[in-house]
Amino acid sequence: MIKIIKKYINYLYLAVFVVLIVVSYLSSKRKPDNVTELFTDLGWLNNFPKWLDVPFMHWINTGWRWFSSEYGLVFDAIGYVLLRAYVITKNLLVDTPWPLVVLGVVALTYFASGKKIGTTIFVGFCTFSIGFLNPRFWDKAIETTTIVFIGILLCIMVGLPVGIAMARNPRVRNAILPVLDLMQVIPSFCYLIPGIILFGLGAIPAIIGIFIYSCPPLIRLTDLGIRLVDKEVIEAAESFGANKKQKLWGVQMPLALPNIMQGINQCTMMALAMVVIASMIGTRGLGDEVLLGLQQLNVGSSLEAGLAIVLLAIVFDRITQAYGEKIQEKTQPTIKKKKYKI
Amino acid sequence: MAKIEVKNVYKIFGTEPLTVLSMVKKGASKEEVLEETGHTVGLDNVSISVEEGETFVCMGLSGSGKSTLIRHLNRLIDPTDGEIIVDGTNVMQLNEKELINFRKHEMSMVFQRFGLFPHKTVMQNVAYGLEIQGKELQERNKIAMAQIEAVGLQGFENQYPSQLSGGMQQRVGLARALATNPEILLMDEAFSALDPLIRSDMQKQLLELQGQLKKTIFFITHDLDESLKLGDHIGILNHGRLVQVGTPEDIIMNPADDYVAAFVKDVNRAKVLRARTVMVQSEKLNGREIKLSESYKVDADTYIEEFLPRVLQDRSTIVVVDKKGDTMGYITEKELAISLSKTSHNEPKKTF
Repeated sequence: MIKIIKKYINYLYLAVFVVLIVVSYLSSKRKPDNVTELFTDLGWLNNFPKWLDVPFMHWINTGWRWFSSEYGLVFDAIGYVLLRAYVITKNLLVDTPWPLVVLGVVALTYFASGKKIGTTIFVGFCTFSIGFLNPRFWDKAIETTTIVFIGILLCIMVGLPVGIAMARNPRVRNAILPVLDLMQVIPSFCYLIPGIILFGLGAIPAIIGIFIYSCPPLIRLTDLGIRLVDKEVIEAAESFGANKKQKLWGVQMPLALPNIMQGINQCTMMALAMVVIASMIGTRGLGDEVLLGLQQLNVGSSLEAGLAIVLLAIVFDRITQAYGEKIQEKTQPTIKKKKYKI
Repeated sequence: MAKIEVKNVYKIFGTEPLTVLSMVKKGASKEEVLEETGHTVGLDNVSISVEEGETFVCMGLSGSGKSTLIRHLNRLIDPTDGEIIVDGTNVMQLNEKELINFRKHEMSMVFQRFGLFPHKTVMQNVAYGLEIQGKELQERNKIAMAQIEAVGLQGFENQYPSQLSGGMQQRVGLARALATNPEILLMDEAFSALDPLIRSDMQKQLLELQGQLKKTIFFITHDLDESLKLGDHIGILNHGRLVQVGTPEDIIMNPADDYVAAFVKDVNRAKVLRARTVMVQSEKLNGREIKLSESYKVDADTYIEEFLPRVLQDRSTIVVVDKKGDTMGYITEKELAISLSKTSHNEPKKTF
């Protein structure tokens, strides 16, 4: 069966193409009165003819209307769950006294980086500086952080399994790669605006936007990381009778972890970029300060907010990078330097 | 019954191996198949039987299919056609669960680039097979520690593989393979990545271990000296075809074709040939005169290199004797000259 399909697939494509042309001709309002005119008057070869127009927009609008009315409830539910998670996390962080938050970030960095003092102090300083730039930024940064955090959690929850599935099965990879390309290339407003229709204004469409925009690198790096694991090491595991599960969790995932951490790091950076764009659809946070500054032509204010975003990015980057390095040291340890006492 | 039996195995790499199989079976060469169909012939009608407790060395240049062959034995690669029988079990008929079980207990493998888990300590690496078998931590650590000591790595058990030298890493690989106490050991160019001194060290260690353990070893190498040193039987692969199987002396004395002859051309024959192989039998002397007065006796299994200096020194004739001390034949300068010369031998000698 598959063989037959494979053999005739090109003819199938051709047929679809022909059908599309015929359909667009028939549905066009600007077509000539009679088909024979096409052969007598060859003017349509000069400029791209108006009747050669796939009614794609029309189809999508119809589909979209049907989709949002049929499945609107599902999205309401998803939106509600995300919103609860967002509000609870945000309120918790906003209500916590700011020194405690700074201390929390410092503690997190300290343990995530494997007790590197330099990184810890640097990250602590950056965190403090966000509020230091403008006290108003503190709560806004927390809003942004919460959105990014939930977005990344969503990315990890979906991205890791998809990446693993891709690494294991070339067919799945071939099916998913074009989707990833689409997610990365399509302009963000194309999904942010429909996001508003489905989820309403605010944080939720931003989280969805973050997911679409920043999930691909995580998926790609998970897939790559797993496939890059030394073939001989995999064979070794197999030769001792490891089953698929033991192979994945005992060998492939630990060895792919540095790459996966890199993916999460990339994910974070892209999420922060998206947060600024999302401010244009009414998402509150630091991005909204940038937008405000621009609208008032207040260069100083928007630059200040931009700097705060950079600081936030540095904090995110340092923590994830340091954690990645710590894991890398564990999976690919180099010779430890011995400390000699003189 | 042989421990490992490989019967008429074919392996063809490509998108539609089964359609190409008939062409290969009709005798098309590797180049023809590649040109006409774009498929690569990995193995071409390979049949091998390995007896229990022996070391079978499979030798060939890179691309000859030897690494493919060894992976067929534990089915890391599935053959296109043919049968593989290990210990009476037809490996090809095992389902996934049975195969995993088979791999857990029947055989283990040592890899060219060691195949160690970089994120596990030496101890965890050695205990890996036991961990997969589901043994308790304490028990497996105990067995692993014993193996680590057996290969002389005590004190390094909490290091990571990247902290060890190549030779030490391969010792970990060997210990890991031995820890599950399998009956069969597959060694895929196990010593090829090591430098010559360490390699010869490892060969010695393997021979010592083998002396105690009497495993069935399937060893892959591209190094003739190594195969002569380790192998009870040697199989030579060329372009996926098995061109010759025999004892080391067989291979040296009667190369099956030019390919094998080119292989053995530079070998140090004095190290490989035994007295019984090169002697002229007493009944075939045909009245040739032998100066028995200056002769001395050697056992039939002695290597030439052990009595060669003596012959050169005082031009004596060697009397070859069997275990009981009865004379089997003689070796004079003439026999030595023939057997040690690199050119092919006009009169084929039977060696058993």
